[in-house]
Amino acid sequence: MRKKIGVSAVTLSVLLSGMALADSARDYVTIVGSSTVYPFSTVVAEQFGKTSQFKSPKVESTGTGGGFKLFCGGVGVQHPDISNASRRIKASEFDMCQKNGVKDIVEVKIGYDGIVIAHAAQDAAMELSLKEIFLALAKQIPDPQGAEKLIPNPYVTWNQINPQLPADKIEVLGPPPTSGTRDAFVELAMEGGCKTFPWIGALKAKDENAYKGICHSIREDGAYVEAGENDNLIVQKLEANPKALGIFGFSFLEQNSDKVSGVKVQGVAPEFEAIASGEYSISRPLYFYVKKAHVGVIPGISEFLAEFSSEKAWGDEGYLSDKGLIPMPEAERQQFAKDIKDLKTLNGAAL
Amino acid sequence: MNNTPLKHTNEPGKPSTFDVVQKSLAKRRAAEHRFRFYGIAGIVLALAFLLVLFVNIFGKGYTAFVQTQIRLDIYFERAVLDPDGTDTEDALSKADYTLLIKKSLSGLFPEVNSRRDKRNLYALISSGASYKLRALVLNDAGLVGKTSSVWLPVNDDIDILFKGHIDREAKQSDRRVNDRQLDFIDRLVAENRLEKQFSSTFFTDGDSREPELAGIRGALTGSLLTLLGTFLLSFPIGVATAVYLEEFAPVNKWTDFIEINVNNLAAVPSIVFGLLGLAMFINFFGLPRSTPIVGCLVLTLMTLPTIIIAGRASLKSVPPSIREAALGIGASKLQTIFDHVLPLAIPGMLTGAIIGMARALGETAPLLMIGMVAFIVDIPGGFSDPSTVLPVQIYLWADSPERAFVEKTSAAIMVLLVFLIAMNGLAVYLRKLYERRW
Repeated sequence: MRKKIGVSAVTLSVLLSGMALADSARDYVTIVGSSTVYPFSTVVAEQFGKTSQFKSPKVESTGTGGGFKLFCGGVGVQHPDISNASRRIKASEFDMCQKNGVKDIVEVKIGYDGIVIAHAAQDAAMELSLKEIFLALAKQIPDPQGAEKLIPNPYVTWNQINPQLPADKIEVLGPPPTSGTRDAFVELAMEGGCKTFPWIGALKAKDENAYKGICHSIREDGAYVEAGENDNLIVQKLEANPKALGIFGFSFLEQNSDKVSGVKVQGVAPEFEAIASGEYSISRPLYFYVKKAHVGVIPGISEFLAEFSSEKAWGDEGYLSDKGLIPMPEAERQQFAKDIKDLKTLNGAAL
Repeated sequence: MNNTPLKHTNEPGKPSTFDVVQKSLAKRRAAEHRFRFYGIAGIVLALAFLLVLFVNIFGKGYTAFVQTQIRLDIYFERAVLDPDGTDTEDALSKADYTLLIKKSLSGLFPEVNSRRDKRNLYALISSGASYKLRALVLNDAGLVGKTSSVWLPVNDDIDILFKGHIDREAKQSDRRVNDRQLDFIDRLVAENRLEKQFSSTFFTDGDSREPELAGIRGALTGSLLTLLGTFLLSFPIGVATAVYLEEFAPVNKWTDFIEINVNNLAAVPSIVFGLLGLAMFINFFGLPRSTPIVGCLVLTLMTLPTIIIAGRASLKSVPPSIREAALGIGASKLQTIFDHVLPLAIPGMLTGAIIGMARALGETAPLLMIGMVAFIVDIPGGFSDPSTVLPVQIYLWADSPERAFVEKTSAAIMVLLVFLIAMNGLAVYLRKLYERRW
């Protein structure tokens, strides 16, 4: 027994000494941030690891906000080098970075992501306008009688909103408030429909908080079902419930095109070309941010950036578009590729 | 003692005890039978659920252990592999192996000329096939200049089509494999060039975003390292704490306080340990994120209370006669405990450790905080390499858009179950080895 304790003591001390050594250097790139950018970032990371002499970067899916919190923690090997984001960095986040010594940040736009509204494939194609989406899902809607006041959302079936729509119950499965997809959906689809009411649109200039309160609130009476962050789950639920609609990222629609089909929004179907041209209204840019102070210190960052901005990755027929990323127009790609090469830093005043 | 039979102690006006017993007998038996029935029904129901779960997982997952491969005759052309004729390993490792595959495919389908058709054709092959060729050539430079028949993995869409998860009858726009590609595949099948083979990749490779290249080895190694570290740290500390608290510590307010805290900690949600680990090990001590070393420290904190409580209980259950006998023939307190009490208590302590380790194996919540929920391709080589663990791998695959990850997810669950069974089996064996009955 005494021998056993001796052995344990030795292993313990070995472990502890290993800990002391562990942090002296890092020879791989660390990436954190948005779960929407994660599928694209990981593909590049893997490709980079396999084709270069560097180790594969480590990609963590922490959400956009969580990613910036880590990224702006400071400069040094224990802090991540790159942060993915499904929206632009906020001025408050930029200030946090500055305060912690992360002065120079390089901003890279990688492409676009479409958010689709889909239903089970066997149904006849549905068509919705942004206004109808807002009327179906908002917590409060303008009084249909015409007065400039709000009433709790009275609609139960789609045909109450527009007689041309089916007489089915409004049931939409979508992501919870913690999700970036939800943020983007609310901003692009809900707000887009909301401001078609002139008096609400006018409110934006007068009282922005009230405006956001009206346009960004999703109903909580069961018509909108929070289905968790897992988009595969929403696809499965749509199969089981053909009357329901689901909200998720374009890449899931593309992978499951035999099971679900996209609803036309404003008359435009969510297809690759339509999202790329900006014709499809619910799409958003995706970004990542690089800590300039780490370039040249952590091996592989500039080579990773070169891989990401190469045509075979983010080009029109690159491997990222195979994964569902909508590429930027060529001129924009060249502009960003040049900015990456020069490591052009972000100006906080422009945010 | 009254030996007279009950029915003779009859008092007038009162039913005999015998009659009372006789009357209630049927009712009591029925109650017993009912209870047994409830028990059996409960177990049957639980087994049925387990069966459904297993059938579901195995039904979905067994196909992940095979991978559709294509047999191509690759001509390892010197002009492609080593255009400058330098004959160095560096040139061979940088060569364009995809081109060899494309040439071989074009040789099989000479009529394919248009750009679109070529794209369709080349999309049949996994993007990882070129790495396989590179590995072959780097292994045996003699291949250069020769033609060799090689089995290469096909793309994940073709793989799941071959496994029957894509409906060929569906509209072309509704499936991931188009009509042209179906033609190619049918011709390849007719030529016996497509075959399902055991997928060693699944067991030898790390994670990948291409389902056909994704393997479980990285997560398995990560789990192994993390659990090894957890066991090496938590078992000695847990046992030592239990021995001290049970055998040496004086009974006073302080030890009471410690005991209450240990018991409470056993019930704290695991995410709290993750937050603690983030604040302490990563932010304060500056240990690297996403590494097994931080993982095992956090899981050690989580499993310690369980091991301490089980350890104390098993020390308590050692018969006092053992202690007294040892002390009686002159052993010191330390000798008594380490030579006589502890060996008898070890099996019980191992049981506690198994429960703790099994919980640690399935844990993801605390690992989220310390960055082990991450995409990591390279297989960890030590405690300070970034790594992930099995349950995290399951979660990440379940969240991936590609259809072929569904079977990978189920297969990973199977690997996790096998890991768990192996771990418990080892612990049961060790317990049996040390167990003593009287």
